[in-house]
Amino acid sequence: MTDFVTAAREAAARIAACEAKGIHAFLAWSEDALLAEAKRQAASPSAAAGPLAGEAVAVKDVIADATLPTTCASRILEGWCSPFEATAVRRLRAAGAIVAGKTNCDEFAMGSSTEYSGYGPTRNPVDPTRVPGGSSGGSAAAVAAGAVTMALGSETGGSVRQPAAFCGVVGIKPTYGRVSRYGLVAFGSSLDQIGTLGKNVRSAARLLSAVSGRDDRDATSLDRIPLAEPGEAPSSLRGTVIGVPREYFPAGLHPGIRAACDRALERLRALGAEVRDVSLPHTKYAVPTYYIVAPAEASSNLARYDGVRYGPRADGGLADVRAVYRATRGRGFGAEVRRRILLGTYVLSAGYYDAYYRKAQRVRELIRSDFARVFASGVHALFTPTTPTPAFRFGENLADPLAMYLADVFVCTVNLAWLPALSLPIGRDQGLPVGGQLIGAMERESTIIRIALALEQALDGTAEVR
Amino acid sequence: MSWETVIGLEVHVQLRTATKMFCACSAKFGDAPNTNVCPVCLGLPGALPVPNERAVRLAVRAAYALDCAVHPRSIFARKNYFYPDLPKGYQISQFEEPLATAGALACVSPERGAITVRIKRLHLEEDAGKSFHDRVPGMTAVDFNRSGVPLVEIVSEPDLRSPAEARAYLTTLKQVLKYVDVSDCNMEEGSLRVDANLSIRPAGSAELRSRTEVKNMNSFSGVEHALEAERRRQIAATERGEAIVQATMLFDAASGEVRPMRSKEEAQDYRYFPEPDLPPLVLAAKWLDAERSALPELPGARRARLATQYALPESDAGVLSGTRELADYFERVVALGADGKEAANWVMNDLLGLSPDGEALPLPPERLFEAIALVRDGKVSRQAAKRVLGEMLKARNDSALAVAERLGLVQVSDSGAIEAWVKETLAAHPGEVERYKAGEARLMGFLVGQVMKCSKGRADPKAVNAALAAALK
Repeated sequence: MTDFVTAAREAAARIAACEAKGIHAFLAWSEDALLAEAKRQAASPSAAAGPLAGEAVAVKDVIADATLPTTCASRILEGWCSPFEATAVRRLRAAGAIVAGKTNCDEFAMGSSTEYSGYGPTRNPVDPTRVPGGSSGGSAAAVAAGAVTMALGSETGGSVRQPAAFCGVVGIKPTYGRVSRYGLVAFGSSLDQIGTLGKNVRSAARLLSAVSGRDDRDATSLDRIPLAEPGEAPSSLRGTVIGVPREYFPAGLHPGIRAACDRALERLRALGAEVRDVSLPHTKYAVPTYYIVAPAEASSNLARYDGVRYGPRADGGLADVRAVYRATRGRGFGAEVRRRILLGTYVLSAGYYDAYYRKAQRVRELIRSDFARVFASGVHALFTPTTPTPAFRFGENLADPLAMYLADVFVCTVNLAWLPALSLPIGRDQGLPVGGQLIGAMERESTIIRIALALEQALDGTAEVR
Repeated sequence: MSWETVIGLEVHVQLRTATKMFCACSAKFGDAPNTNVCPVCLGLPGALPVPNERAVRLAVRAAYALDCAVHPRSIFARKNYFYPDLPKGYQISQFEEPLATAGALACVSPERGAITVRIKRLHLEEDAGKSFHDRVPGMTAVDFNRSGVPLVEIVSEPDLRSPAEARAYLTTLKQVLKYVDVSDCNMEEGSLRVDANLSIRPAGSAELRSRTEVKNMNSFSGVEHALEAERRRQIAATERGEAIVQATMLFDAASGEVRPMRSKEEAQDYRYFPEPDLPPLVLAAKWLDAERSALPELPGARRARLATQYALPESDAGVLSGTRELADYFERVVALGADGKEAANWVMNDLLGLSPDGEALPLPPERLFEAIALVRDGKVSRQAAKRVLGEMLKARNDSALAVAERLGLVQVSDSGAIEAWVKETLAAHPGEVERYKAGEARLMGFLVGQVMKCSKGRADPKAVNAALAAALK
């Protein structure tokens, strides 16, 4: 018999402890809200019997819930309370989980460090002078700090896997269309997916199973091979072929990252997997392609934030509606969001659409076929580093947006190709977590989860690698 | 210098669905403001569109009715612009790959006779909300009930050559779309809206010159007047040596003039791109074939068939095929037993006269046929039948005969009674009888009239004629 109220109180205590350390993983949470959740769930027999009964799950603030504000870490949605909950949130409640609170992130999920939040950054629990990654930095930090064992995040260009790697936790990005986007505030619609974070592979996978599935409210959520609960960790990976794409292991790769990856590959071989050299030749176009497609769609998705129907509106004594728009959006959006909206507007504009957006979609198709070709050749999963460096310090990449964008170089290919991918801790470099990434073929989450369970069991993800 | 006018029309038509294009909100017109809204049609953060199948079906039907090529695969696209009644900051429409292209509409130009206007494209899109600038002083009020209502946009090629022709096109377009039950096409309610493009060129030239867009017309006659005003303006300006600047002109119905919209800083760039929230709209060939086969007979074909099948003059066939309801009504009356010309006569003269707005047909065809049968059986005169019909509107459950009896209009055909009246009349007018027998045949009319008077109008004139003729031999 699940004791929701106790679970809620314990979660509240853990969150309070995390926040007391100055992590600032959460934007909205309270013990009262947790207890109210617990009471609602306790009254539901199906919740008590659900696969996540009693679990406290943190929810990234770009995902709508009707009980707590949804600000997307932006001032333009300050105080906004959604009248509806996201399908993924409804499903995690249906599975018996309670919403622990809303977590911090980069504003509108645009960023790789959570430094672009409109409400202050989140600190990496492993090293508070460093960023937790982004954009799902709050969710990753909440898991890493032990406030929760599971959290929902979102990905457009690696925003679940990258912070998972920086914080030393597990992050899973599902196949595009596996988790309903209804209630996920749109950033780059052809890339966005809700992803999961967990203290280990099993937690992240269990949460993913609970929230997956076709949703009639999302026309891009398709019938998929349903995602079952994760099984036991296999003791052997004999018969599994792991591809290692050479483009993800450049000559100048950070030595700590390289050492961790070498160790992980050696464990995979020891488990019986065949490790094979492969090539994904269009990898180098991924970051520029991503930074055309995502901002283009974002410039359109964020047009609705004008203060007319909801959110703060700057309208004292302004001449006309266009002045209201300029003032509301100019003040409400942070610099990075404005930068991306301008970039996106530019690449969609008359005279530039063909050279940028249309071209980028064609390159995207080339990137996707690179992967398809490799998976068709008998490879079950790809193994790569998740990030080019461990967590960087606050302010290190703020002066140069491009440097920040390059943090996504190993992860954004996957979003462009709609594939599932997972990051798990594979060691530490001078105390900083290093993540290893497994990329699967379309709809093959269970394959990469199975491999990850085996690898997780076979190595100590917190061991120093150098 | 003789000028030719070149006109193209963009018509937006609301589809007759119960719910909106991308959500389950009611699409009903006239409800209290902001009561038919939800996260999707309000563009709330996190909401997503899901296409309405019935809207697609109606759009396909409209496309086939306009003889378009319907594309089995079409793409939704975002049309991006900022305006308070556009909640997402973009409208979901179709751009590079629309639902249908290359259609045609045959209509009758007042100047040129039968013409064919090519339809460039027909595509699906959602409507925006409605702004009211005069409800709250100094502010604009926005009602989102209309936001998300399904529309088709029908774009003609610039094949129209006069404002009157434009009006004829619109009248025919409305007729066709109402025949296939796709829209109410009511400009006053906003279920049909027109934007017109007009340019002029020297008569005989084939070039297309700079055009203006004319908006804000609320009726078909308004369209005609607006285009007349704009044509006058363009001709005058051109003859003064001025160039026509591409601009948007607003029609002012009160003054009958057009004036330029307050100019914007730059021309609109809608930054169209394929809608990532919606997969391509793919329609199975079998489904499309079924829709095309299910099309009812279109107005042109209906008119032609009524004329030949019932031996009616073209103009009568035109009136009777004006709407599908009326044509169906007419054919039902014939099916009940009326002859074609008889039914046409009754429907056009009696029935239509009873419904002043011409929209709703006031009596079921069976009831009209009752009245026709009464006259045919000699029970009431043709004149009296008009009164009977009028009364039947109020007494809906009474038979035509019962109504006639109550009104005392049932004719007497009884030969005994008629002979008595005839005898009485002949006795009262011996002079006219002599003159008739002497050869003044037209006095028969007078005598019939006198018998009718004698019977207080109740005698069956046919029987009177026969009895008089017999008595005067």
